[in-house]
Amino acid sequence: MTDLPRLRSPAQRDCLRPRARCADRPPAAGAAPAKQPRHRRFTRKDSGVTATIESPPAAPEADGRSARSLMDLVFRARELSIGGALLVLILGTWLANPSFLDDQGIKDLLLNSSILVLLAAGQSVVVITRNIDLSVGSVVGLTAFACGSFVSGTDHSALTTVLLGIGLGVLCGLVSGLLVSFGKVPALVVTLGMLYVIQGIDHAWAHGEQINASNVPDDVLGLGSGSILGIPYLPLISAAVLAGTAYYLRTYRGGRELYAIGSNPEAARLAGIPIRRRVLAAYAFSGAVAGFAGALWLARFGTVVADAANGWELTVVSSVVVGGVAITGGVGTVWGAALGALLLTTMGSALVVLKVDSFWQQAITGVLLLAAITTDRIVNLRTTSALRKRSRR
Amino acid sequence: MNQPDSGPAPVLALTDISKSFGAVRALQDVSLHLYPGEAHALAGENGAGKSTLIKTLAGVHRPDAGQVLLDGEPVVFNGPADARDAGIAVIYQEPTLFPDLSIAENIFMGRQPRTSLGRIDRRAVHGATAALMTRLGVDLDPERLARGLSIADQQIVEIAKALSFDARVLIMDEPTAALTGSETARLFSVVRTLREGGAAVLFISHRLEEIFELCQRVTTLRDGRWVASELLGGLTEDDLVRRMVGRDLDELYPKQATTVGGTALSVRRLTREGVFRDVSFEVREGEIVALAGLVGAGRSEVVQAVFGVDKADAGEVHVGGERLRAGSPTAAMAAGVALVPEDRRQRGLVMEASIERNIGLTGLDRLGSGGLVRRALERGRATDWAVKLQLKYNRLSDAVGVLSGGNQQKVVLAKWLATDPAVLIVDEPTRGIDVGTKAEVHRLLSSLAAEGLAVLMVSSDLPEVLGMADRVLVMHEGRLVAELPRAEATEETVMAAATGRLAGEGAAA
Repeated sequence: MTDLPRLRSPAQRDCLRPRARCADRPPAAGAAPAKQPRHRRFTRKDSGVTATIESPPAAPEADGRSARSLMDLVFRARELSIGGALLVLILGTWLANPSFLDDQGIKDLLLNSSILVLLAAGQSVVVITRNIDLSVGSVVGLTAFACGSFVSGTDHSALTTVLLGIGLGVLCGLVSGLLVSFGKVPALVVTLGMLYVIQGIDHAWAHGEQINASNVPDDVLGLGSGSILGIPYLPLISAAVLAGTAYYLRTYRGGRELYAIGSNPEAARLAGIPIRRRVLAAYAFSGAVAGFAGALWLARFGTVVADAANGWELTVVSSVVVGGVAITGGVGTVWGAALGALLLTTMGSALVVLKVDSFWQQAITGVLLLAAITTDRIVNLRTTSALRKRSRR
Repeated sequence: MNQPDSGPAPVLALTDISKSFGAVRALQDVSLHLYPGEAHALAGENGAGKSTLIKTLAGVHRPDAGQVLLDGEPVVFNGPADARDAGIAVIYQEPTLFPDLSIAENIFMGRQPRTSLGRIDRRAVHGATAALMTRLGVDLDPERLARGLSIADQQIVEIAKALSFDARVLIMDEPTAALTGSETARLFSVVRTLREGGAAVLFISHRLEEIFELCQRVTTLRDGRWVASELLGGLTEDDLVRRMVGRDLDELYPKQATTVGGTALSVRRLTREGVFRDVSFEVREGEIVALAGLVGAGRSEVVQAVFGVDKADAGEVHVGGERLRAGSPTAAMAAGVALVPEDRRQRGLVMEASIERNIGLTGLDRLGSGGLVRRALERGRATDWAVKLQLKYNRLSDAVGVLSGGNQQKVVLAKWLATDPAVLIVDEPTRGIDVGTKAEVHRLLSSLAAEGLAVLMVSSDLPEVLGMADRVLVMHEGRLVAELPRAEATEETVMAAATGRLAGEGAAA
C-alpha cells in the first residue's frame, strides 16, 4: 500500500499542477443556461406571482418555506450551475474516453481535487470578510517541507505530523492576520508579502534538497494512500473540513459575523462586532487549513521539493470566485467554493484525457474566472433592481 | 443635579463632555440628562455637534473630557457593543445595514438567540423578527435581503433592531427624514409606547413641529456648545429657532438683489432609471436656484448627471444654448459648468495634496504649456483665490487635510471659481462647517449671483434654502414635485412638497 504513492509520486506531481486549473466547453455551456432560469424566476416574482415559485431542487434547509428569499435562489442557482457544468464535463469526458471514470479514474479525480478543495474552504472564509490570502500556496510548500524534514528517518505518527503542519500554518496565518486586522494594511499587500517571505524561508531552508518518500514513515504515507470502503482518506478529510466550515459559517454567530463584516464593515463596527478579532481568526483558520494541506501533501506524495504548491494561491482564489464567493465579501458558501475547486481540477484532468493541449488550460481557467466575476456583477445589479422593484410594488 | 424639577434620576447622562477631531472642536462642555419615560429633543443647526454627541452616547467616540453616567455611575464605552449591552439603541441618520444578509439577520446580528452548543436558533430569529414587524405594523418578510430596501423600509429595520433588545435608551438621529406622514405617525406611536414603558428617548429632527409633538424636554446646541436644556412646555417654535441660530435669520442670509438675465442652464426631461425621472428646469444668469428635498430624493444625483459625472439615461442639458455631451465632465467644464460636490473629502479635494495643487487641478492646461505645469502660475492662481475668499491658512504648500472644514470648502470653491464658470452648481455648500464660515460662503454665493453667475444649490438646510434662493425646486422620490418662487417658499410649503404631501402643486414640467 505504501509502495503505491511512491511509485506514482513523480507522475502525480507532474500532472497535479496542470490539472488544478483549466476548463472546457462546459463553462460556457454551464454558465449561460445557469443564468436563464435564475432570470426567469426573478421576472416571475416581479410580476406579482409570489405564491408559486418552483422550489429549488437542492435540498432545502430545515425551515424550508415555500417563499425562499430571492438571494437564496441565486446562491443555489450558482451552486447548481457549477454542479451541472461539472456533471456535463464528467459525462462528456467519460463518453469520449470511458477509462476516465473507471475505479482508478474516480480515485484520481477525488485525490487530485481534495487538497485544492481544502484550501478553497480556508480561502472562502477569508474572502467572505472582504479580504484575501495569497500566501496559502507558500504555506503549503513550507509546511510540506517542514513536516517532511521533521518525520524523515523517524517513525512519528501521522497525527503528530498533521498537528505540526496545522501549528505552522496557524503561525503563518496569524502573522498575516495581525498585519491585516490590527496593522490595517491592505490584505492584498500583506499576503503577497507573506507569499514571498514564506517562499524565501522555504527555499533557504531546503537549499535545493528534497524530502524522499523512502524516508517518510509508513504511518504518514498511509494517510495519503489509505482508504475506507474504497474511498481514499484525503477526500474524506476534505469533505469533513468542508462540512464543518459550512456548518460553522451558517449556524454560529462568529460565522454570520464574518458575512456581516464583508457585507458592510462600517455597519459591522456599529453592530459591535469584534471585526479585528474575527478577521484575525479567519486568517488563522486559512493558515491552519493551508498547514493541514501541507501535511497531507507530504502524506500523499512523499517526495517533496521546496516549491511544492508554488503558484497555487491563484488557483485557490479562482476556485473560490468561480464557486460564487464574491471577491467583495459578504456573499457565497464554502460548498460553492468546493464545487469551483472540483470543476477546475476535473477540467484539468478532462483536458489531459481528451488530449487537449495544456496551453489551453490556463486560458480556459481565466475565461471561467472572468465569466464568474461578470456573472456576479450582472446578477448583483439585477437582484438589486429586482428587489427594489418588489419593494416599490 | 443641575436639572430643576427632576423627578426620577437620569438613566443616562453626559456631563461636561468635550470632543475634538484634530483642530476642530466638535463638542465643548456639553451636558445632557435623559430621564426614563421622557422624550428629549436635541436641537441645533447642521454642524452643531448633534451627531458627535450621539456617537459619544453610542460608544463610537470616546470623549476627550467629561463623563458618561449610566444610572448615575460613570461608565466608559469602549465600543458600540458596550453601549448596546448597556441598553442604548441608536438609529443613525443613514441606515447601516448589511445588504447581503436577510432582514432577520440584520436585526439580530451579534446577538442571535442560541440553542445548545451555541448554535443560532434560526427559528427563534425568524419568529422574533416577524413579531417585531407585526408590532411595527409593516409587511416585510424576515428572510428578505436588505439589499434594495427603500430608505423608509431600511429605517423600519433599524427601528426593529432597536426594539429587539428592549432598549432603556433609544436614540434617534433624524429618523423621520425619509418617512412619509403615515410612516412617521406609526413610528411616533411606537416611540410613545416605548416611552410609556419607561424608556428614555433622545430625538433629533429638523422638523420643529415633530419635536413639539413628541418631546417633553429639549437641549439646544450651537457650534458644539451647550445653549439650553429646558422643558418644551413654555416654548414656541420661534424661541427654539432663536436658541439654535443665536441671531436673526436676515442677518445670517445676506441676500443681494440681482438682475436676472438669460437662461444659462436648461435641463430637459433628464432621467436616470431608478434614481430620478423626467427632471426639467432652468437656471438663469444672476439667479440662485435651490434644489430642496429629503435625503435620498435624488438631488445630488441630478446635479451629478447635469455635470456628467453620472450618465443620464435620457434627457438633455443645455448650457448657454449649446447642448452638452452626456456623461462628460470635461465637456461640462469646457461649457463653463462647475460642480462643488457634496462630499468634499472624497470627491472635492485631494486631501494629501497642497492647497495650491488642489486649486490648480481644474486649470492645469492653463498653468503652463507643452504639458508642463509652471509652479509660479499655479501659486499665483492659488494666492489670488485664497485672498479673494479670505482663506485662513499657514502656507499654500500645506496639505488641505489640515484645514478646518470651512476652509476646505473655500478651497473647493476656489478650485471651481478659478475656472471662471457661467454656471456654478454647489451641493450642500455649507454642510459641516461653522456658522461664521457658513455666512461667508452665503455672502460669496450672493455676490457671485449679483455679478451674473447662475447658481444651482442643493441643500438640506432649510433656512439656507429659504434665505438664499430666488426660486426653490423641490424633489420627492426622484421627481421634481414643486417649483416655488422666493415669496411662496416657506418651511411649510417646501417640507410639504418634499414629503410628497402636495405632489401635484406647481410641478415643473
